[in-house]
Amino acid sequence: MEILEQLLGALPGTASQGLIWGIMAIGVYITYRILDVADLTVDGSFATGAAVAVVLILNGCNLWLAMFAAFIAGLIAGAVTGLLHTMMGIPPILAGILTQLSLYSINLKIMGKANQSINVNQTDLLISLRWVKETAFHNPLITVGIVLIVLIALLYWFFGTEMGCGIRATGINQNMSRAQGINTNRNKVLGIMLSNGLVAFSGAFLAQYQGFADVKMGQGAIVIGLAAVIIGEALFGKIFKNFALRLLSVALGAIVYYIVVQTVITLGFDANLMKLLSAVIVAVFLAIPYWKKQYAENHIRRSNRGKNNA
Amino acid sequence: MLDIINVEKTFNPGTVNEKRALNNINLHLDEGDFVTVIGGNGAGKSTMLNMVAGVYPVDCGSIIIDGVDVTHLREHKRAKYLGRVFQDPMTGTAADMQIEENLALAARRGKRRGLRPGITAKERKEYKELLKILDLGLENRLTAKVGLLSGGQRQAITLLMATLQKPKLLLLDEHTAALDPKTAKKVLDITEDIVSRNNLMTIMITHNMADAIRVGNRLIMMHEGRIVVDVKGEEKKKLTIEQLLQLFETSSGSQFTSDKVMLSK
Repeated sequence: MEILEQLLGALPGTASQGLIWGIMAIGVYITYRILDVADLTVDGSFATGAAVAVVLILNGCNLWLAMFAAFIAGLIAGAVTGLLHTMMGIPPILAGILTQLSLYSINLKIMGKANQSINVNQTDLLISLRWVKETAFHNPLITVGIVLIVLIALLYWFFGTEMGCGIRATGINQNMSRAQGINTNRNKVLGIMLSNGLVAFSGAFLAQYQGFADVKMGQGAIVIGLAAVIIGEALFGKIFKNFALRLLSVALGAIVYYIVVQTVITLGFDANLMKLLSAVIVAVFLAIPYWKKQYAENHIRRSNRGKNNA
Repeated sequence: MLDIINVEKTFNPGTVNEKRALNNINLHLDEGDFVTVIGGNGAGKSTMLNMVAGVYPVDCGSIIIDGVDVTHLREHKRAKYLGRVFQDPMTGTAADMQIEENLALAARRGKRRGLRPGITAKERKEYKELLKILDLGLENRLTAKVGLLSGGQRQAITLLMATLQKPKLLLLDEHTAALDPKTAKKVLDITEDIVSRNNLMTIMITHNMADAIRVGNRLIMMHEGRIVVDVKGEEKKKLTIEQLLQLFETSSGSQFTSDKVMLSK
């Protein structure tokens, strides 16, 4: 009973974090599902967004302008990965790792140190974990929730345009796309840029929420993003067919992920093992489609053997 | 008009896998020409088509479509002039997109893709009419994912996509080879219908000698990267399979050997 109370008490905070990571997970969805590329840039660009926003806010920049700047920084990081892949022929995973590594140095340079705090008592912020139980616009649940819905609406519109359709086609079938006059290289760069823009934007929110930016805050972000995508699809894939609803299911997946994490920690699980647990969960979920296929094939073989013996 | 002038291509030059795929190819096509291409494995048929489409660069020579030198245009730029259908039904369409979305992508071939809607209500109506002509019952499945369709249906849609924006040249790379005989015939019928209705300049690779002779107004045979037989007009109409094999043997100095072609005789 006590544990349940603890969990319910923590729920607004947990859901807020889930919403913030939901934006990041939508970024991962764009590369992993739409472009069919596993982009590891996100581990670096998440912290880049946080660093850019925090430094700008500390220097008195308008809050929404700082968020926009974080988004632009993410776009640039994505462009680097995209160009490493398309212009230099480096496999996308490796291109992402190279950008991610270089971003570590860049993030240190942006902040001037490894960790930069931003105190909500001294600086005005868009959201903070202190406000999770307030009924006001600056409650993270409300601010991030509204931003998330606006973002989903914009993405829904964008992927329905000629350019957006071209990016989707590029992710599905490059031969066909080129035969239809689609510049597949440009679309890959655009897709990776957009993805990292969203990831950096999400990082900028998280820094304000937790009150600091840290060069390591993006470590393992790709795994959390993938977990959200996979959980969202597993839970809502059957009912959510529409593209906007699929993006929503990714965000809901991130919330579910954080509720599970919170529950496990409340139950006394060693928090240091959290990343291991996340990796195992993602590995198992990624393996399930493969196992299903193998099982089906073996099943056919077995039933055929039965027929031959008869 | 299409002009392929002195085009050569060697794959993996300077290695043990060196393969001279095209050896000084020259081909001129007039407006409305429909050429069928036949030849054994590794004769260079697909390589020739891929050179025209810009899949890989030529070693030397030039390719001119309707007076435009496209030799150095990249594949997606050249697509403006070309309609293409591939051997594998999976290649020509985006499986995870709807029928109407695939058609809308094709309708924008050669145009700038900006932030206008990817498909309009007016287009949907047009596509419905076009699909009706195919007579495959697809006109009521506009929003179905292409991945759910059969190979023949996918090839028919790819044909429609290739010709939605009237191309200067239609390239068909054994587009009926992966289909069962009945479906292959149906797709070939649709092909002939679309080509004659739009008066399209067409190159069709086939492994079926009877089709190669019956369809189109010109037939070429390739062997070891060269065009060894070129028959046109009246002469082509009267051609028999035996005569064709004879022609091949005298001009190439070797027996025609391709199991796929011989079996489908």
